[in-house]
Amino acid sequence: MSAPESGVVRSPQGVGQRVPLIDGASKVTGSAVYTDDLKMPGMLVGKILRSPLPHAKIVSIDTSRAEAMPGVKAIVTGSGDMAKFGVLPISKDEVALAVDRVKYVGDCVAGVAADTEEIAMAAMAAIDVRYEPLRVFDKAEDSLEDIDPGLKINPDTRHASNLHKEVNQNFGDVDAAIAAAAHVASGKFRFVGVTHAFTEPHCVIAHFEPTGRLTIWSATQVPHYLHRDLSAVMEMPMHKVRVVRPMVGGAFGGKSDPFPHEMIASLLSRKTGRPVKILFDREEVFLTNHGRHPTKTSVTVACDENGKLTGLDLDALIDGGAWGSFGVVTTYYNGVLSAGPYDLGNFRYRGRRVYTNKAPCGAMRGHGAVNSRFAFEVLVDELAEKCGLDPAEIRRRNLLTSNTTTLNGFRITSNGTAECIRRVVEASDWDKKRGRLPYGEGIGIACGFYISGSALRINWNKVPQSTAHLKIDMDGGVTVHCLAAEIGQGSDTMLAQCVAEVLGLPIDWVRVCARDTDTDPIDLGSYSSRVTFMAGLAASRAAEVIRQKLCQAASRLTGRPAEGFDTRQCEVVFLPEPEVRVHYLDAVLEAIAGKGALIAKGCYHDAPKMGGDHKGAAAGLSPTYSFQAYVTQTKVDPETGFIKPMKVWAAHDCGKALNPLAVEMQIEGCLHMGLGQAMMESFGYNRMTVSNPNLLDYKIPSALEMPDVEVHIVESNDPEGPFGAKEAGEGPLLPILPSLANAVTDAVGVRFYELPMTPDRVLNAIEKKERAAARTASGKKRTPEESVR
Amino acid sequence: MSQPLKGPQPLPDARSAPPRQMVRLIVNGTEREVAVRPYDVLLDTLRNDLGLTGTTRGCDMGTCGCCTVHMDGVPQLSCLTLTLLAEGAEIRTIEDVAPLGTDLHPVQRAFATQGGSQCGFCTPGFVMTVTELLDRNPSPSDDEIRRAISGNMCRCTGYNKIVDSVRTAAAELRGEVTPKAPEESVPTPVGPYDKVRSPGGNGR
Repeated sequence: MSAPESGVVRSPQGVGQRVPLIDGASKVTGSAVYTDDLKMPGMLVGKILRSPLPHAKIVSIDTSRAEAMPGVKAIVTGSGDMAKFGVLPISKDEVALAVDRVKYVGDCVAGVAADTEEIAMAAMAAIDVRYEPLRVFDKAEDSLEDIDPGLKINPDTRHASNLHKEVNQNFGDVDAAIAAAAHVASGKFRFVGVTHAFTEPHCVIAHFEPTGRLTIWSATQVPHYLHRDLSAVMEMPMHKVRVVRPMVGGAFGGKSDPFPHEMIASLLSRKTGRPVKILFDREEVFLTNHGRHPTKTSVTVACDENGKLTGLDLDALIDGGAWGSFGVVTTYYNGVLSAGPYDLGNFRYRGRRVYTNKAPCGAMRGHGAVNSRFAFEVLVDELAEKCGLDPAEIRRRNLLTSNTTTLNGFRITSNGTAECIRRVVEASDWDKKRGRLPYGEGIGIACGFYISGSALRINWNKVPQSTAHLKIDMDGGVTVHCLAAEIGQGSDTMLAQCVAEVLGLPIDWVRVCARDTDTDPIDLGSYSSRVTFMAGLAASRAAEVIRQKLCQAASRLTGRPAEGFDTRQCEVVFLPEPEVRVHYLDAVLEAIAGKGALIAKGCYHDAPKMGGDHKGAAAGLSPTYSFQAYVTQTKVDPETGFIKPMKVWAAHDCGKALNPLAVEMQIEGCLHMGLGQAMMESFGYNRMTVSNPNLLDYKIPSALEMPDVEVHIVESNDPEGPFGAKEAGEGPLLPILPSLANAVTDAVGVRFYELPMTPDRVLNAIEKKERAAARTASGKKRTPEESVR
Repeated sequence: MSQPLKGPQPLPDARSAPPRQMVRLIVNGTEREVAVRPYDVLLDTLRNDLGLTGTTRGCDMGTCGCCTVHMDGVPQLSCLTLTLLAEGAEIRTIEDVAPLGTDLHPVQRAFATQGGSQCGFCTPGFVMTVTELLDRNPSPSDDEIRRAISGNMCRCTGYNKIVDSVRTAAAELRGEVTPKAPEESVPTPVGPYDKVRSPGGNGR
């Protein structure tokens, strides 16, 4: 799918135009309908009784008192007969409701449906659950010990410990490379968990209808996976389950699993025959988390005397919490996504994800790549220092080219990293600033690398990764059906734009239906930065089929050959004689004459065969990759330790910006989230329960903390993406954290191996450095007082 | 052990909940009477009793700003306002900012066109905060804008495009720029379109 030759505008809102999101008006007026805005006749309030203990045997659950309360319509508890579920077929370990055992504080024990919220709350208090505490697994290291099988958090793994997944990959000889290296940098990095903090709490309505069908309205990124798992858990054929996705108030990976609350609402509705709504409060959102994994990452990077990388050795211990979720993927991504944008020479990775008795961790924007990227990029700066090289220069010397293959078999096609670096270095005046700003001010650089959709589907079947249906009737409006989930990132707008471009129509002729499994063909959902690439191709291909039909219709009307026509600005124009043209509507009428509405479908099935043959070679394979380079300038107050990022120059290679406005929106949003993790966000635990389960104590950056951002869109024109496009939703998060950390190092001379860089940590690090410097200067041994500190 | 961990402590018996009492509210210029419990908050009354779902619920504890409405012209967190205490106050919600639906307020238009709204869940709260800011201060500096919206949380935009939106709206409200009319690049026929009319077509 390619754009017409330059200068030709097919659609005023076509590819490359700054197009506001097509649902903007409904959002700014408050008329956009989110799940909690829906009210069904006879609807009951559903509530979930959650475990107060991190790990315990359920001795008994007595619901009789609660069930006898007036207004209580149904109570459900766990049963061993119920199918387990989970987003990945290789780790379906979740249950809708605890069976015999609770595994984290917040685990679902019982579901209640009642006439009112007050009654439901009173009923929950009246349910008598007896627990017998079990050994609690808090630290990831403890979960590596072999234990009594009865204590395994997931009894179905083949390990004797609480290990969930171990990945070992080895390319070349890393030990030899490190031994022979001119310079080596290594560090033990610690990352706390962070969470999505989307603004809309989870909400679901389930209605088991008298017809025997189940309809579920849910704030989800993955209607298709929810559809599959509902069908399994409810033991209903898929065609009797209908998933509807209302507007979603942010997700960022936090709504990309099929969830227990969706199953519980369905069970309650089946029991009562009435619609049941479960709305989380903010505390429940935190208790059930699914955010970024806390990780301990040990990294060693080696290079020769010219700064050419010769080896990367990476070991990640990943705290998964109580369930698998996307964890197998996370385990791979912590390593394999370090394979770009640099040529590594040699590469070894060991990743281990363990179960612990904490809320499950899952996918979060930049899934799996963020922490390792931070560690790698900080150490690349350290190597630059050891080599006496400029940090931008050492990166330039190690870049992969276009059209190459990484050490671990990733196929790189378009690659704009060099251009990204050039742009941010120039725009930021890097050469005049790096190392030359006054103490307390600094500038840092970092790169990024991310997938643009997963080349291989999660479920091994023959369903295309994305399908779009188009329909045009005599009104001329184009309806796009596709299950790609709009979660605020603008996927509806992207679909409409692709179709408007191909058909040469203003965008308001296109309407997108992307929310109902009854009518919209399968797209696997909004995760792994796949939607623009895959759904964009599917929709463009469907539109291309219709374009051909319109050209044939125009040919019949004018007697010119169909091949000469193109769709432009509501007309079908015969290019050799541009005065021969047919209005779009005339072409539509001609095309539907005697045949009925124009219908077409398009799909994205699979990426071409690619990848190596080592174990786990498929993980991280993508039809194409995005690349980034950021420069961040910051102030660090040496007196207080406060970091104040001043400006970010953010260059991102998205192949082709279908909608530069939307690309900027994604990049700036990524930056916000990354700065949060770098500076302040920390998912805390106290005695195994979330210690900051609200947005006051879990602090995300406000408008006052955001730096000025200058976005540079680099277009490498991907050979396979829709009109040359690739992802822009996740990769742009990666470089902000290390570029800020490297800027802090430039500002005050301390390097960080731990996030977030809170003022107390910054201050401690500065003081430690000053004490060390003072010792060196005076040549004295440590005073007893200093030793104590 | 069996206590639920979250939320307000449940009442011992739901049937003994305190009786409802009638409250008179002026919502978007219309007098409304609602029966409320003493602990009902304005957010619930607006959403559940009056069907005004444009005001959204993000946190229930005054940390996200999604539920911002105007009370007597001042932005107020409706999740922290007891409905009983709103008796007699003039309450304005997002639904009244562009009462005719299509004719957007400049602040709304700017948020929609400048990238100030992505998932849209926080947007009504921002619009309420910003309309009041611009009423009070037609030419806010960037710093004043950031301070004014610092109580509204947005996780999608990174705020900079929100600041752009506020600047754009302020300029329009000051009369410095007129919003561009939507370009009609190609005339669109209105009404049923059944006859072939193309210049090159066979129906001429």
